[in-house]
Amino acid sequence: MLNTAGNKGRLALGAAVVGVALALSGCAQGDPLSPDEGSGSTDTIVVGSQAYYSNEIVAEIYAQALENAGYDVERSFQIGQRDAYIPALEGGEVDVFPEYTGNLLQYYAPDTTATQTDEVYAALADALPDGLAVLAQSSASDQDSYTVTQEFADANSLSSIGDLANVDGVVLGGPPELEERPYGPAGLESVYGVTVSFEATGDTTFDALVEGVVNVANIYTADPRIQTSGLVTLDDPEGLFLASNVVPLVNADLAEELAAVLDPISAALTAEGLVALNVQSVEDQLSSAQIATEWLTANGFVS
Amino acid sequence: MNWIVNNLGLIGELTLEHLRLSVVPIVLGFVIAIPLGWVAWRYRVTRGLVLTVAGLLYTIPSLALFVVLPPLLGIPFLSELNVTIALTLYAIALMARAAADAFGSVDPGVRQSATAVGYSAWRRFWEVEFPLAGPVLLAGLRVVAVGTIALVTVGILIGVESLGYLFTNGLQRRIVEEVFAGVLATAALALVVDGALQLVGRAVMPWARRAPSRTRAVSS
Amino acid sequence: MGPKGPLAHAGGVVMTLFFDAFAWILANLGPAGEGELWTRIGEHVLYSLVSVAIAAAIAIPAGYLIGHTGRGREIAVAISGAARALPSFGLILFFVLLLGTFGVGLGVRVAAGSYIAFVILAIPSILAGAYAGLEAIDRSTISAARAIGMTEWQILRKVEVPLGLPLLIGGLRSATLQVVATATLAAYVNLGGLGFDIIQGLPLRRYDQMLGAALLVVALAFALDALFGLAAQITERVIPDGRSAPRPRQHRAGPKWSRASSAGTPAHN
Repeated sequence: MLNTAGNKGRLALGAAVVGVALALSGCAQGDPLSPDEGSGSTDTIVVGSQAYYSNEIVAEIYAQALENAGYDVERSFQIGQRDAYIPALEGGEVDVFPEYTGNLLQYYAPDTTATQTDEVYAALADALPDGLAVLAQSSASDQDSYTVTQEFADANSLSSIGDLANVDGVVLGGPPELEERPYGPAGLESVYGVTVSFEATGDTTFDALVEGVVNVANIYTADPRIQTSGLVTLDDPEGLFLASNVVPLVNADLAEELAAVLDPISAALTAEGLVALNVQSVEDQLSSAQIATEWLTANGFVS
Repeated sequence: MNWIVNNLGLIGELTLEHLRLSVVPIVLGFVIAIPLGWVAWRYRVTRGLVLTVAGLLYTIPSLALFVVLPPLLGIPFLSELNVTIALTLYAIALMARAAADAFGSVDPGVRQSATAVGYSAWRRFWEVEFPLAGPVLLAGLRVVAVGTIALVTVGILIGVESLGYLFTNGLQRRIVEEVFAGVLATAALALVVDGALQLVGRAVMPWARRAPSRTRAVSS
Repeated sequence: MGPKGPLAHAGGVVMTLFFDAFAWILANLGPAGEGELWTRIGEHVLYSLVSVAIAAAIAIPAGYLIGHTGRGREIAVAISGAARALPSFGLILFFVLLLGTFGVGLGVRVAAGSYIAFVILAIPSILAGAYAGLEAIDRSTISAARAIGMTEWQILRKVEVPLGLPLLIGGLRSATLQVVATATLAAYVNLGGLGFDIIQGLPLRRYDQMLGAALLVVALAFALDALFGLAAQITERVIPDGRSAPRPRQHRAGPKWSRASSAGTPAHN
């Protein structure tokens, strides 16, 4: 273990070099503590998305459409919860974000009474803060639903959520937060007189339903497995769920110029079309970018 | 394996992003822990304090730390800064202990000789203690690097993108290969960084090649 | 921010948040919580202890074999190193999905997938604690035991196992802490445990609930850590130190940092 002085010097130098090299490799990426540098300019449009594969596909469609229209686009995908990305939008760090009218309205106006598509859209326009705007909404919707298996629907002659009131021992599955949502067990009780016990099933809600762990599941209506597995989405005549159409949420300053690119996209995106996009992701396992390019091509936005 | 072949680009991008997120905590943790570990080793009073705080800190689950830090520091909850600070704290906690052990592993005779031939405390630290503690410091750094790289994935739960994206996205889409690719790429990145640190260690400390590793010293 | 300035304001916010978190804990541990939080705590402890027990059943015999024979150490180090590089969160999701492709029912695959990930996480520390504990024993002690005619089995049982206990406890201790920390993440696949309240609180923006549950996990980890610390102290007192025989000078620090390093092994994730 005895070392010569030369060795020690070499080590100290080496250690310093390593330290500097590591430090540089950290710095080369820019300031690591502020990844989302706000782009106030209109040259680069920052498109964001939720941590939800279907939302990411729509964001990718927006991004590619904007690129085709000559914009520089920066993608800031998978930002998780509204808590994270709404401040980023309000602060101008993100310019465009695919949103859902009903869920977004509930974020800004938790006590809203609007439930139908156009009411929700109108209420949302009022509820948004000054710096944000929504462009034209799409007819495609992706909203919460209560969904059952065909067998369970047949056995209990179910077509609407209210029919569940005649069934004993209903177990509702959904993400953990459903337990506390206004449309969760409490809403079922107050709006439809349906009593359920709740089971948190998160990202495995679909499996829990088809495997019989739960018999009613909170599944998004654009989930392709509703069709592929022959599930039945119960009608919601009392409007427990808000209508929730796909809509671009944008920086208000850019609303006009972005509308020119994104309004035709929203017009072309249908409910069936959205499900088809999701099928390509889940069944065909294509990436968001591939799916978006194919959709833009098929709908004549790219030749 | 189809999914992996078709998404090599995505895996590559996420791996780079993952590496970028890992580097700051590893480097900062190392740099901050060296003086802490030295102080812990040098003074009896601080030793207990530093090692206890470090030990307790390390028992805090990452997801819990992501929740506890923002109110304490006034930083945004769902942010990269949150993840960076949390992982830096873990790195300091692990590394401070390793650094204290490392300085403890330096032969006191060599240290005394350096003092006897007139080295100042500062010079003695840089030219004697730090180099001689090198092998054990490196062992600690490697443990910190591997742990940090594995922990970065948890950041996806608060929206910070890394290879952890493949876990949650793969579960949503029920693509087993996607999750598998994420696990594999994270482990591979950890082992590559570990190997790189080992190589750097051999290059700058050639005499340490035959020296006992941390645990082998025990068996002699 | 008012006349008190932003710092005072921030301090107030922190106080309020932690106060709310404690209020949440107390309210839910009391009758109003209907025992749900107690269930979560119980689940968390159960998952942690069962996984560590399974891991110990695998790792301790293997570690003793390595430590006693002095063979297979390189392989054990390599496997442990690879296991430590695996991200536990990903492993949980991977095993849950993988078991699904074999048609395993949801409840079973969530529990089994999580347990497999926890056991993989816990094995390296316990394995290292087991063989390092045996390796740390002074060779002359073993030779003496052999000289007085002990069989290999007796040497293991009467000399090596007791003398190796402190390091084994250190390994069990870090394994337990790693699993307690990681069990939080299994709530993502709905295993339950204290992670549930954090995962549920995220989208609901319930900081009192998230912080309260986080503080409980930390308290649980501290409590278990203290228990192991106590066990280690008792062991140190009861068992004679077979490792204090003279050894080469450069290794004087050996036992100290080997103890520290096996207790401070990486990384929960």
